[in-house]
Amino acid sequence: MTSGPAEPVPVVARLENVSLRYGKTLALDAITLDVPAGGMAGLIGPDGVGKSSLLSLLSGARKIQEGSVTVLGGDMRDTAHRRRSCPQIAYMPQGLGRNLYPTLSVFENVDFFGRLFGLDQHEREDRIAELLKSTGLASFADRPAGKLSGGMKQKLGLCCALIHDPELLILDEPTTGVDPLSRRQFWELIDGIRRGRKEMSVLVATAYMEEAARFDWLIAMNAGNVLATGSPNDLLKKTAAPNLDAAFIALLPEDQRRGHVDVVIPPRVDGGGEDVAIEADHLTMRFGDFTAVDDVSFRITRGEIFGFLGSNGCGKTTTMKMLTGLLPASEGTVTLFGRGVDPNDMAVRHRVGYMSQGFSLYSELTVAQNLDLHARLFHLPADRIGPRIAEVEHRFDLTDVMDALPDALPLGIRQRLSLAVAMLHSPELLILDEPTSGVDPVARDQFWQILADLSRNDNVTIFVSTHFMNEAERCDRISLMHAGRVLVSDTPEAIVAQRKASSLEDAFIAYLQDAIGSNAGSELEADEIAASLAAEHHAVSDRPAGALRQSMRRMLAYMRRETLELRRDPLRATLATLGSVLLMFVIGYGINLDVDNLSFAVLDRDDTTISRDYATQIAGSRYFNEKAPVTDYKDLDRRMGDGELSLVLEFPPGFGRDVARGRNVEIGAWIDGAMPTRGDTIASYVQQIHTEWLAQKARQLYGDSSGLGAFQVALRYRYNPNVESLVAMAPAVIPLLLMMIPAMLIVLSVVREKELGSIINFYVTPVTRLEFLLGKQIPYVALAMLNFVLLAAFAVFVFRVPFTGSFLAFTFGALLYVIVSTSMGLVVSSFMNSQIAAIFGTTLITLIPAIQYSGLIDPVSSLQGAGAFIGKIYPAAYFVTISRGTFSKGLGFGDLANAYLALLIAIPILFGLGAAFLKKQAA
Amino acid sequence: MRVGNIWQLGVKELRGLMRDSTMLILIVYAFTVSIYAASRALPDTLNHAAIAIVDEDQSPVSSRIITAFYPPFFSVPHLITQEEMDRRMDAGTDTFALDIPPEFQRDLLAGRSPTIQLNIDATRMTQAFTGGGYIEAILAGEISEFLSRYRSDGNLPVRLSLRARYNANLNKVWFGAITNVIMSITMLSIILTGAALIREREHGTVEHLLVMPVTPFEIMVSKIWSMGVVVLLASSISLIFVVQGVLQVPVHGSVPLFLAGAALDIFAMTALGIFLATMAGTMPQFGMLLILVLIPLQVLSGGVTPRESMPAVIRDIMLAAPNTHFIVLAQSVLFRGSGFDVVWPQFAALLGIGCVLFALSMRSFRRFLR
Repeated sequence: MTSGPAEPVPVVARLENVSLRYGKTLALDAITLDVPAGGMAGLIGPDGVGKSSLLSLLSGARKIQEGSVTVLGGDMRDTAHRRRSCPQIAYMPQGLGRNLYPTLSVFENVDFFGRLFGLDQHEREDRIAELLKSTGLASFADRPAGKLSGGMKQKLGLCCALIHDPELLILDEPTTGVDPLSRRQFWELIDGIRRGRKEMSVLVATAYMEEAARFDWLIAMNAGNVLATGSPNDLLKKTAAPNLDAAFIALLPEDQRRGHVDVVIPPRVDGGGEDVAIEADHLTMRFGDFTAVDDVSFRITRGEIFGFLGSNGCGKTTTMKMLTGLLPASEGTVTLFGRGVDPNDMAVRHRVGYMSQGFSLYSELTVAQNLDLHARLFHLPADRIGPRIAEVEHRFDLTDVMDALPDALPLGIRQRLSLAVAMLHSPELLILDEPTSGVDPVARDQFWQILADLSRNDNVTIFVSTHFMNEAERCDRISLMHAGRVLVSDTPEAIVAQRKASSLEDAFIAYLQDAIGSNAGSELEADEIAASLAAEHHAVSDRPAGALRQSMRRMLAYMRRETLELRRDPLRATLATLGSVLLMFVIGYGINLDVDNLSFAVLDRDDTTISRDYATQIAGSRYFNEKAPVTDYKDLDRRMGDGELSLVLEFPPGFGRDVARGRNVEIGAWIDGAMPTRGDTIASYVQQIHTEWLAQKARQLYGDSSGLGAFQVALRYRYNPNVESLVAMAPAVIPLLLMMIPAMLIVLSVVREKELGSIINFYVTPVTRLEFLLGKQIPYVALAMLNFVLLAAFAVFVFRVPFTGSFLAFTFGALLYVIVSTSMGLVVSSFMNSQIAAIFGTTLITLIPAIQYSGLIDPVSSLQGAGAFIGKIYPAAYFVTISRGTFSKGLGFGDLANAYLALLIAIPILFGLGAAFLKKQAA
Repeated sequence: MRVGNIWQLGVKELRGLMRDSTMLILIVYAFTVSIYAASRALPDTLNHAAIAIVDEDQSPVSSRIITAFYPPFFSVPHLITQEEMDRRMDAGTDTFALDIPPEFQRDLLAGRSPTIQLNIDATRMTQAFTGGGYIEAILAGEISEFLSRYRSDGNLPVRLSLRARYNANLNKVWFGAITNVIMSITMLSIILTGAALIREREHGTVEHLLVMPVTPFEIMVSKIWSMGVVVLLASSISLIFVVQGVLQVPVHGSVPLFLAGAALDIFAMTALGIFLATMAGTMPQFGMLLILVLIPLQVLSGGVTPRESMPAVIRDIMLAAPNTHFIVLAQSVLFRGSGFDVVWPQFAALLGIGCVLFALSMRSFRRFLR
């Protein structure tokens, strides 16, 4: 396509002096830019120059720091405008399926986005059917998104982005890591849609220059600045370059251009052909009844660069894992340097360097620390480590970033670091799984130059998988894989010749289409799709529904999704429900406040009838077990010291004689105070027994006139007449469990979205904080109520704790309480970014207060210091009152007003805090 | 096995932790503020026990009884009417309510043996027993002293002198502080190793380790020692500065011996953490498993309520938990001043449990890596 005419073109987005910093790093440097409307605009440039940052600012996902961003005629700083415009903007973030929900099916994912944008059921069904059909996903509608191949994930992401028929479609590297066939289909789809909706603007960041060549308008970026804008032809003319790759390099500043040289791979010297480095013999890998790799054989000689191509999910990664011994093959053998691969053979690992598809180095270590760690793990001699790291640092041009953390680096540099690590120990074989995926052209060329040098100069064998055809062309031989089988294996030239194709890409696609079967209809269909999607457009754009109804729909969308995810993870729900019942059983049964089985012994230095009578009184009570008498103080020290005796009674010499004569005597009772609760209990038992013994003796000696019988105490143990622990404990354990489990579930569900990336959907869709939080909360409140019913039933029917009050009042209290505990979870989750910290934090604020400050063991009224304060404001204490009140005290609604009130006050406070701390944009 | 690898991998774990500032803050909180607040909050069994008195007699003896209840054991008694009594007890305001009947003094002096009613909220079991005993003793004391002014018949002169050893005032802060240190040790050991392992898998770094010349054994040992050192260090600092320093808990025994026990406990707990992580596929599942394991460990190991009171089955099952032995060990060493000759069985048990847990998690860790 050609560039726009000279007259002013309508603008879809305008940036003025926009700057963005991450800490000290300047990602965007005072950018001023107009993006024309109604066309396809491409952002090109190396990694880490700010392309993604720019797109996230335009989509409203990230907060604007400096400058002004105008999108669709409004200021993106303005919350009201963002809310109005985000239904018109669709944003697909970088990374394969990063904003999708892996446990939800294809249909459910699209459906969720449809609901978020307020489409009614009829609209949704029609549109989803159209979109899935046009993307070829219709037959996979029920497959979980997590099990899709990379290309299919991107198509699904596109479906999700297009569901609400946006005016501006923002795609951040949508085809990175996607195989050529899927990539081609992806762009055909976009073209088809644009033919139907000419007014839609599309803004794409891409690393593929051949894709960029087809766009209407390009923005070339470097180091946070815009280098040039214009149509591809403009750029070519301006730089007088033959293609965009060259044009871009020409646009770079002088000092960066100098680093670039075209990749030169000298031909292989003959003679290396005999020495086999790696040989796979009929390799097969099955996962259950799915065959991932089917009878794959090849033989690679030393020093060869062997390319491995294939569609996403065809078994390339699995094959590579088998080669490294990470996965044991179901059938067949792998031989490395003439030896079978044994996962336990450390010697082989020294000779192999592996680079996995995702970045797998430690993001918490600096570049230098990562290199150092690996050098040591591969046992480089101590005196070689320094020089070797320096050598690698120089070779891979890492000098400037040695002290940086990998997360802060652009993808291209991270991949270079990964390669540096993989070959730090000078392996003879490198296995590289899509090493250049997402890396910009300049960095890719540098990368390949290094590979070429390694192969030709150091005779390193290289086994590399890639989606880039120009990289495949550089290999000595390539294999083409599809659905677990090798379709063809030969030199690139031979493969092109064999198919009589014009390029390797065409040959590749031809092979794939043969393997898949007829696929010719796809382009024809594109126009139909376009037409049908366009026709649909009017129906979607004038939505009559009211604001409140829209809001309800969005909340329900989140709620539905959360419920589905919970249902897809039955283990979590089971652990939450049955686990809590199990816990209730163990704790209710295990905590018994009626202390018995206490061991005691006598140090009897009197040994008369009367002292023995006293000892018998103690031994006869059900609380104490008598042990062998203590002989002397040394014995006493020893036996109390090792915890054998909890109580020792000491009778002084002449005890019996003095009692008979009415002289003052003293019995010594030594109590083990190491555990004070037990000590207290022992003291009170002994005291009671002593009082009884005195009364008995007094009656024997003086008759009934003794003062000890002067009055009686009628003890009424109320609410729990038999003083059973279970009656006291079971109602108090329910609050403990209903605090911890719902809070933990909801904290992890929110923090997980943050850690794994799907939180972006909250940033860029019209969903509000309140809708998001409520939608998250309601399923967990429902789960917690289910839990509550189970626990209450368990207490009543299994523990046989009598329930005397109003069950309705109890249930109402429980409902309030679980809303409180889930709201507490929401507050915690707004502070946490990593799941580990979330787990630890939640445990800290739920477990300890719920056990210690809420009346489970000690009444709240007796707590002191900070604990007394916590006990007063901690919601569990109030629910303990409700639970014990309704269980044992026969209470109903009226009696519990105070407790209800406390919980009712807590709900808006906690929920408000949760909403206030939750950010609607990335910082 | 190469010691060098284990050392390097462990240092890596430590460097990673150093960068997680939220986690560091939480660790500091768990070992300082949390321990301080939790142990200071622990009341003595009878601390400000809420008592109310219905005085229907309004006599010298009844006012004598009323003034006999005072802090710190009891709160200053609320004088209430009989109608108020039920409501207050229902609401949980009072744990004890004493009803002195009309004409109590007259009946007492006439030798008609009148009855005082003592209502106890038996859902508060900790106080119900001890408090009931105390109240009875106080009543007996006051009444007999009152009567002795009017009557001169004999009383048995036998006194019981109660002497609590190792903690003369039965101060709960002492034991509470140690229990809380142990709680934090348990929590942190399991979470640090377990959650860190799941994170490595979710971020794909475990896979990378496996293509390097390191064995699963080395990976696991490195995690255990590095996180173990962190927990041990945190607990030592907590013991010395928070427990002995701020909380002023006198320690009779040898702190190094206690820390040696703590090291064994941490060894067992970190192995348990790895085991749980290999069982759980994802972080949310790990969170749930964690709750399932942590609560019984905290509540049933003898730190919250005495082991003597648990049913035999639970007592036996909990013998498999490292905490149980560690709490016994902590009591003996720190408060009773016992030496290794006394606590060696606990050391042996901890070591044994630790080794079994280690072997178990080693097995499932190998599976986990596949």
